[in-house]
Amino acid sequence: MIEPPTTQPTSGYRTKSNQNWMRVFNVVGPFLALTAVVLFFAIADGWMNGEKATFLTGRNLMTISSQTATVAVAALGMTVIIIAGGIDLSAGTAIALCATVLAWSLKEDLGPRWFANETTASVAKSITEAKGDLKQIEREIEALAGGEYNTTQVAAKLMAKSDAEETIRQHERRLTKLKSLSAAVAVGMSLGCGAFCGFVNGLLVSYLRVVPFIVTLGTMQLYLGLSKQVARETTVRPDRFSQVSDGLVDLLSVRADALWLGLPSGVWLTLLLAALLAAVLHWTVFSRYVFALGSNEATARLCGINVRWNKIAVYTLSGLFVGVGGVYQFSRLTVGNPTSGSGLELRIIAAVVIGGASLSGGRGSVLGTLLGALIMSVIANGCTMLGLQNPVQDMILGVIIVAAVALDQFRQRAVSRKP
Amino acid sequence: MSSPVLTMSGITKSFGATHALRDVSLDVPAGRVMALIGENGAGKSTLMKVLSGAHSPDAGTMTLNGKPFAPSGPHAARLAGVGMIYQELNLAPDLSVEDNIMLGQERGRFGLLDRATQRAKVRDALDLLGHSDLKPNTPVRELPIAQQQLVEIARALASDCKVIVFDEPTSSLTRSDVEHLFAVIRRLKTAGLGIVYISHFLEEIRQVCDCYAVLRDGQSVGGGDLSDATDTNIVSLMVGRSVSELFPSVPHTPGEIVLQVSGLSGESSPVDVSFELRRGEILGIAGLIGAGRTELLRCLFGLDRCRTGSLTRSVSEGERFTKRGCQSQVQRSPSLTLRVSEGFGLVSEDRKTEGLAQSRSIADNMTYSRLKPYSRFGWLNLKRRRTAVADWMQRLHVKAASPEQSVSELSGGNQQKVAIARVLHQEADILLLDEPTRGIDVGTKAEIYRLMGEQAAAGKAIIFVSSYLTELLAVCDRVAVMSRGRFKEIRVARDWTAESVMSVAVSVNETVA
Repeated sequence: MIEPPTTQPTSGYRTKSNQNWMRVFNVVGPFLALTAVVLFFAIADGWMNGEKATFLTGRNLMTISSQTATVAVAALGMTVIIIAGGIDLSAGTAIALCATVLAWSLKEDLGPRWFANETTASVAKSITEAKGDLKQIEREIEALAGGEYNTTQVAAKLMAKSDAEETIRQHERRLTKLKSLSAAVAVGMSLGCGAFCGFVNGLLVSYLRVVPFIVTLGTMQLYLGLSKQVARETTVRPDRFSQVSDGLVDLLSVRADALWLGLPSGVWLTLLLAALLAAVLHWTVFSRYVFALGSNEATARLCGINVRWNKIAVYTLSGLFVGVGGVYQFSRLTVGNPTSGSGLELRIIAAVVIGGASLSGGRGSVLGTLLGALIMSVIANGCTMLGLQNPVQDMILGVIIVAAVALDQFRQRAVSRKP
Repeated sequence: MSSPVLTMSGITKSFGATHALRDVSLDVPAGRVMALIGENGAGKSTLMKVLSGAHSPDAGTMTLNGKPFAPSGPHAARLAGVGMIYQELNLAPDLSVEDNIMLGQERGRFGLLDRATQRAKVRDALDLLGHSDLKPNTPVRELPIAQQQLVEIARALASDCKVIVFDEPTSSLTRSDVEHLFAVIRRLKTAGLGIVYISHFLEEIRQVCDCYAVLRDGQSVGGGDLSDATDTNIVSLMVGRSVSELFPSVPHTPGEIVLQVSGLSGESSPVDVSFELRRGEILGIAGLIGAGRTELLRCLFGLDRCRTGSLTRSVSEGERFTKRGCQSQVQRSPSLTLRVSEGFGLVSEDRKTEGLAQSRSIADNMTYSRLKPYSRFGWLNLKRRRTAVADWMQRLHVKAASPEQSVSELSGGNQQKVAIARVLHQEADILLLDEPTRGIDVGTKAEIYRLMGEQAAAGKAIIFVSSYLTELLAVCDRVAVMSRGRFKEIRVARDWTAESVMSVAVSVNETVA
């Protein structure tokens, strides 16, 4: 019999201090970067704009958070994909497709037609007519007031006026309801469209066994084409007054009366989704499989994990986030523009990478991704404050992405360099 | 004894708070083969990395060929005359033999290659190896693995090296290739080179080496002429305690049949394999590299497609897999998920690229195949899992800081234990172990043998593939010998000898059912 060794072997512990340091760095790193960037712009803004410095005001920070939301929410989904060792280049055009479908759904009154058998246009027309009537009555009252009048006539007219006002209010209430219904259906369409796009990506990646980079490069173009088709090669413009619910537009608005507990509701929603996703990534069986896939797919297969369905689930889940991103995109633009998503995918991926995820899979965090997205928005916003032009912003962003990826490579080498 | 061509003295190297090497000294004499022996994590590879310039030592000096030697990096070390032959080959598969040999040391002027000089150099190197038959313009990809290794050795020779280090060079070679390699090493020895040979196999070391040095926990603990030392001496130096039993056996008796395989054929191998496996049995599979042993396991597990044949899984009392009743016909090309649910578990021969998710924690790696006990509606109870994993780590003597430590930070032997712990945790009834003891030290090997015995005693059926005959014959109940994808012969283990196994393994014509 061999006795278990009494001396502690060194091999298991050898790199531990190094590893712990790395782990701390992975969490603290993005925080430090964000703080550094914020400090830099705060100081630069104060120095250049003096008294008129606005960078570090609550309002500006709120603007930054609202500008971040679209990229951040889509980046949450992308985090899951990247942890699982994949990538999704179609996220940008898929967001545009979702936003376009949403706009189209509003414009076509899908909700009201399906569930109330009415159109917003007819109600809006009734309102216009009722307003016309009201004007007529008011003119008649004025005419009466000018000449001789008898009280019964005036009383009748005043009654008619209040009736007309009541009709208008009724119609307006009706319209608000219809707009909410329409918005609900349209948001559902956007989410469904996003999930479907993700599902298609997942299906292709797992059944064609082509690398995700190429598959999603293809679907990127596919979704662009689809949204152009939906929009008939123009921009879908639902009527702002009669078709677009205020709640939808105010999702990311920083107007004081649109805020909810001090922040735009869309920002709250993003934070809520992030918390939910972080919990899922920490405490679920699914998350173990996601990390296993990204870390070593062969191992996942060996352990009897259903690689195909888990991949499809990963891409579909990410698609849902893209759907939410589509809603935000529409909320900011209030139109459905098929080309509005081009280039967005790179900012989404950059957010994830800056947040410390590894493009070779197996590593990434929700908090990191949020910080990554924030860092990019702060830079964009700060540059604007300093009067730096768009080209400069792009260049800075490019440098930061390269630095983040280089840092990732450095970390991987540091981990794999075993003594 | 000739004067040392390489002297390393007082080498010390630490990583953080841990000492990987403490005051290690090593003299490599010219014209002799020195075995460097030690368990995994004893510091052999660190010492060799110091020699090859990959690490610079914290303290200590080296002299090579009488001159002080302090390489600034691997390239400098190579130019100074240190050649390294690693387990994994470092070749550019699409370049020719000549280009590979001269890689990094091309002769030429103004960026133009001096082909004639190069060819002469390559010729010399290959002649020295006794393999002038190797054609310099063949792409390396087309060569068998043994000849690729020769190319690597030739590369070291072409840079006029004084010392060559062989790090586990035989792990991917067949028996006859090993003989050829040893012949080559002997030639190099006669040419006056100093040779360091690292291996876990004492038999090999006895065959090819003249003297030895043993490392343990980063320190030199002994050495001398091999002829003066017994295996037991060496092993107890390695493990730091006396090892009374290298192959601990746990009594177990084979019971009823759990798996009946008939006429199983894969895409190219296995070919028409039939056998039955019983509860409480360890079935060994011997054969040369490429005999189709790994492919057989992969077919059984559903990783590779099977063309024909059938598997019948019989279920007896007390097994976890009972939902299909007795005598279930197992699909030939099922999803792996199904196979796992049928009670199969596979330990891959390749820990790095297949067996383990290296960047994930021990806990994750151990429980991937069965998370059910810790989950409810898809949500995990991490605390409960941690306790269970810690329990398994203790049972298998896995040395690690915590269940959350990532597998890549563990030594090879501990990684292997995690891989085995996974199939045990999975409660698989049929364990398919592919080279489970490759590249791990003697002490851990013995632990794994004991574990296998215990599992068999607990009623598991084990298929044990190994290239190390001694362990197969010592541990298994029956041993089957494969050749060219076929089962040549299957006998009770004690009816085999190492010679009879080899003679069956290399035979081609004779077919025995």
